[in-house]
Amino acid sequence: MNRRLTGALSALALLALTGTAAAEGELNIYNWGNYTNPELIKKFEETYKVKVTITDYDSNSTALTKVKAGGHGFDIVVPSANYVPIFVQEGLLLETRPDKMENFKNVDPQWVDVPWDPGRHYTVPWQWGTTGIALNTSIYSGDPNTSAIFMDPPPELVGKVNVVPEMNDVIGLAIMYVGGEPCTEDKNVLRQVRDKLMAAKPKWQSMDYGMTEKMSNGDVMASVNWNGSTFRVRLKNPKVVYGYPKEGYVVWMDSVAVLKDAKNVENAKLFQNFIMDPENAALISAFARYANGVKGSEQYMPEDMKTAPEIVVPEKYKAAGKFLPTCSKAARDLYTAIWTELRK
Amino acid sequence: MAGPAAPALAPARTGETAARAARIRRNWLLATPALVLLLLAASGPLLVVVVYSVLEPGEYSGVVWELSGEGWFRVLFHRDIFDDTLSLADAHLTIFWRSASISLLTTAITLVLGFPTAYFIATRPPTQRMLWLFLVTIPFWTNLLIRTFAIMEVIRNEGILNSWAMKLGLIQAPIQILYTDTAVLIGMVYVYLPLMVLPLYAAMERLDFRLVEAAYDLYASRWRVLTRVIVPLVRPGIVAGSILVFIPSLGAYVTPRVLGGGKNMMISNLIELQFGEGRNWPLGAALSMTLLAFVMVALLVYVRNMSKVERRG
Repeated sequence: MNRRLTGALSALALLALTGTAAAEGELNIYNWGNYTNPELIKKFEETYKVKVTITDYDSNSTALTKVKAGGHGFDIVVPSANYVPIFVQEGLLLETRPDKMENFKNVDPQWVDVPWDPGRHYTVPWQWGTTGIALNTSIYSGDPNTSAIFMDPPPELVGKVNVVPEMNDVIGLAIMYVGGEPCTEDKNVLRQVRDKLMAAKPKWQSMDYGMTEKMSNGDVMASVNWNGSTFRVRLKNPKVVYGYPKEGYVVWMDSVAVLKDAKNVENAKLFQNFIMDPENAALISAFARYANGVKGSEQYMPEDMKTAPEIVVPEKYKAAGKFLPTCSKAARDLYTAIWTELRK
Repeated sequence: MAGPAAPALAPARTGETAARAARIRRNWLLATPALVLLLLAASGPLLVVVVYSVLEPGEYSGVVWELSGEGWFRVLFHRDIFDDTLSLADAHLTIFWRSASISLLTTAITLVLGFPTAYFIATRPPTQRMLWLFLVTIPFWTNLLIRTFAIMEVIRNEGILNSWAMKLGLIQAPIQILYTDTAVLIGMVYVYLPLMVLPLYAAMERLDFRLVEAAYDLYASRWRVLTRVIVPLVRPGIVAGSILVFIPSLGAYVTPRVLGGGKNMMISNLIELQFGEGRNWPLGAALSMTLLAFVMVALLVYVRNMSKVERRG
């Protein structure tokens, strides 16, 4: 009894010490571009008297490379599900045990025991969504619910399609388009994937990010794109619709993790706990327009999100969604080879 | 030439020789920090790149310390992913060709635009010249990235250029310029034009315009004056400007990245791809050395040209 009490007391003292040390300080977040609600950050800064700096990246591989190179000064990174195990294996993440944090009770049970981080020992849900097709219907009025939009563009869209250069999403969509399963190592399937992608590339306009702006202002007419981004485009340009490829589309989740070489570990943990609060999670979604994994956040979300076809997956397309797992090394190497060939 | 003035001819004056030697030693000593810094800061990273180019790629980036010629091999050859057949890496060759041709075109266009500009400035009264030069340098006040985005705003489908051309009835539908090689070329010409104008101006400012007048007096046509008098005299400026434009053009990154839309790569973008998504640092390092080799060739051409000019002049 006595020992437990001393233990608890010293833990408390430690907490208090680190708590005060961290209460005024900094937090450096490394997150996808155009993805973090400034209001959320302002609220966090005011609550904990912490100065937050956000740095953008545009792809998982960029984030991984930069973090692995060291000397980055970031505390928090937001990798997609299939990259979390890589970050963990490479020893880049700190085991912060979000499952023992105060607000963890709010996490939707379906996002707790996830394959990439069983029991959530490292990461906290940030947002989840789908990768599909964004199409400006003023130029092409056909069915947007197919990967053929970029794998075999109709004549109206030749030279007007963008493909976001996010390897796993694009290869995943292409594999499902030719009838394979994500993470397949089947060389016959992958050869088709490569040949089809290489044949389609000359018909693309670009391979770039930033579709939220470029599709809103009409620079790009169709693109492989994420649902929340397409939602934001539609709010500015009502002619743009989101398509769920019937051959199969990608479901993903990005999670917030603390880096092992973080300098502001306590603030980073505070942030992990902070975003599991339903009201704060709703702020995340209200900005980037993706769903989050926190129960009870719906009531704080903007009204238009509750019915948006980009967010609420229509019943008939639900079955085509596939969550991207972390693939085997052999599969990943093949995908990287195909991808590099495609990009050059 | 300010070389050593043959002190060996006067062995009797040993005191002076000793003083000279001491001075040289002191000069070397004073130069040492700078030399060490140059050696470390310039050769060090370069050495790392050389070493990395002959190693095995690591799984998620980085290198494994095992010797391998694969990085260099893949600069020129492509091994099929599925059946291991070898072929020339035409994707790389296309990118090299695009880099070289865009850079050459940029140099040519900036020369054509920069020459009259420099001539105009050099023929203003001296008091006005500073103002014109100042105007040329104004673009440097803004960050390159921001200027590139400004270009994007001009050439977009709904940008200034297309919407005006449509309003004036010149075209019916917007012309796709953004994300093409043309867009990259426009961006590069804009960015590098001052680098052409400034050395050209420096050369023309020293031009003795009495020679131009003399040529006219001898009934030379305008064209002859230009080709026989002005161009030969400002040749060093033309060569310097061309090199100043051509070399950074070869290594341009931001302009092709933003205006090329990620599809029309130049060498730098290819290198970045290998260090990032491609996760093949040795290949990236070998490509960097290839770019360096291109630059060296360009510089050699420059040096040979300049020595010719000096011999003549």
